[in-house]
Amino acid sequence: GHRRWYCHTATPGPHVCIVGSGPAGFYTAQHILKNHKTARVDIYEKLPVPFGLVRFGVAPDHPEVKNVINTFTNTAANDRCSFLGNVTVGKDVTVAELRQAYDAVIMSYGADADKEFGIPGENLPGVYSARAFVGWYNGLPQDKHLAPMLDTDTAVVLGQGNVALDVARILLTPLSILKKTDITDHAAAALETSQVKTVYIVGRRGPLQTAFTIKELREMTKLPDCRPVLDPADFTGLEDKVKSLQRPRKRLTELLIKTSQTGGATAQETQRLDQATREWGLKFLRSPLEILPTQDGTRISAIRLGVNRLEGSDSSARAIPTGETEVLSCGLVLRSIGYKSVPIDDSVPFDSQKGVIPNTAGRVTGCKGLYCSGWVRRGPTGVILTTMTDGFETGKAVVDDLTTGVLQPLGGVRGQEWIQPLLHKRGIQAVTFEDWNKIDNEEMMRGEKVGKPREKIVEVKEMLQVALSGR
Amino acid sequence: FSQPTPRAEKAKVTVHYSMADGSTVTVQSKEGENLLDIAIENDLDIDGFGACEGTLACSTCHLIFQQPIYDQLEEPTDEELDMLDLAFGLTDTSRLGCQVCVTKALDGLTVKVPEGVADARDV
Ligand SMILES: Cc1cc2nc3c(=O)[nH]c(=O)nc-3n(C[C@H](O)[C@H](O)[C@H](O)COP(=O)(O)OP(=O)(O)OC[C@H]3O[C@@H](n4cnc5c(N)ncnc54)[C@H](O)[C@@H]3O)c2cc1C
Ligand code: FES
Repeated sequence: GHRRWYCHTATPGPHVCIVGSGPAGFYTAQHILKNHKTARVDIYEKLPVPFGLVRFGVAPDHPEVKNVINTFTNTAANDRCSFLGNVTVGKDVTVAELRQAYDAVIMSYGADADKEFGIPGENLPGVYSARAFVGWYNGLPQDKHLAPMLDTDTAVVLGQGNVALDVARILLTPLSILKKTDITDHAAAALETSQVKTVYIVGRRGPLQTAFTIKELREMTKLPDCRPVLDPADFTGLEDKVKSLQRPRKRLTELLIKTSQTGGATAQETQRLDQATREWGLKFLRSPLEILPTQDGTRISAIRLGVNRLEGSDSSARAIPTGETEVLSCGLVLRSIGYKSVPIDDSVPFDSQKGVIPNTAGRVTGCKGLYCSGWVRRGPTGVILTTMTDGFETGKAVVDDLTTGVLQPLGGVRGQEWIQPLLHKRGIQAVTFEDWNKIDNEEMMRGEKVGKPREKIVEVKEMLQVALSGR
Repeated sequence: FSQPTPRAEKAKVTVHYSMADGSTVTVQSKEGENLLDIAIENDLDIDGFGACEGTLACSTCHLIFQQPIYDQLEEPTDEELDMLDLAFGLTDTSRLGCQVCVTKALDGLTVKVPEGVADARDV
């Protein structure tokens, strides 16, 4: 039959390989394609669908954030760019093989493991990582079967970053709103019967050390049918301090103080808050010590928290245990203390202390021709804008090395023309961007029937069926 | 059936974009257009500009104004300020381009595209 990878004749220009199709991968590709006029860029992705955390992380009620997909789609449309989905690097093809086939190889595979506390009870039923919970409502195939226990009135989110606010918001948002988003069908069904009324968002440090940003906090203060419950005592003394803070921290703290003080600015607002049936609160200076099971051990009943005090007062202040503890009843715990990168392959250096690939300006230490960008380079923090900057920086390093002769492109039949037969022999069918378009259309069609922007396909097998149909 | 009332021709407004590399690009726009759309329509080459397509969800459309112009603009909303707080190289006269519409009174204004975001990062 027709084998598209034999269609190309040997192509001039360097071959560049990108591992991972999240924002880092796409922004790095964009920079290289724009600034090097002959380079060909192949993007490998382990799932049959592109875009990484833009699809599987960004909350369903934040569709605007996903507009970056249009830019990525333009990049994929460049005829020097190819997408090879359904290929797990490190398993289906090794990094060593890729380095033979490509003049430059860029690691941008993100951070898809969790940080853990290592406290007793962390593996009890009712305790989940926020990462898995997010994957569950966003349709990440591996998290489809999570079935979080939502038959409880109180949930505790451990961590005070934007992901913590995302999961709290999804637990508290009226289903009438969520149903109109691209939230997975199974999550909407489960949230429909959720009993959760109160969500505590717990941090080990104080109000000046929270990691969430003001946009996400403001959204929490405006959630329909939901009331913020902040303890004014947590903010005493901060009003004087606020003036000397940098603008973002200053505005964030002012919003926290204001939210803790007033029911609402107008009578109408006050009424809205009084009538709310759900609530959320922030708990500061608390570290989890132990998660306690019910007597029969079938689920959790509470969490024991250690009370901390702060040493220092700025963003680097340290939490010191006071020895005091308290017990908070809850039936659901979501651990949201960060994502973690893992090594992909023995041949790629990895700093397990920092959880990143060691590099200078995106060039992997001691490995000519190997680069990294995004969360696997910087660590798992920062918004898409941060990742974009990072991707451009790595893209620039690659283009510089190609133009200054640090890299000497070999030319000839290389790149994907070299790798595709290898994959074929191993029984791996790579998914192209056109194949993804079929999945995309199918999802949008299914969504239209139920009044959502899309209904995501949540199984790899089904994704492949749709993608490869009519081939 | 009433005929659509012919709308008055919108006033033309000249905008100078002072680019990160030091060059200046001068473009013509119409009253009421925002500074993101104007940049896109004129194919201005600003890396990553307008990632969220004007929906107040990114801050890649960050622009810096001269004080007298800044003072003439309508007050930013809390939501704009929230996103702006995440912009690299934030200044006292920064705004998000997608939220600022040009008016006849602003004719000839200069907006500055911030330096390469990588250099401005202080985290
Ligand atoms: C829950 C959550 C919500 C967020 N919400 C927002 C938001 O609202 N706004 C915002 O600006 N930012 C948000 N972010 C941050 C943003 O998602 C990140 O900055 C960005 O996605 C990081 O990009 P990346 O490409 O490094 O990693 P990723 O997006 O994780 O992409 C990595 C890609 O590599 C693939 N991959 C992994 N291993 C392999 C392998 N072995 N072989 C091949 N491919 C592989 C993965 O499948 C994935 O597609 C959010 C993050 C999270 C976690
Ligand atoms: S384009 Fe995203 S905020 Fe203006």
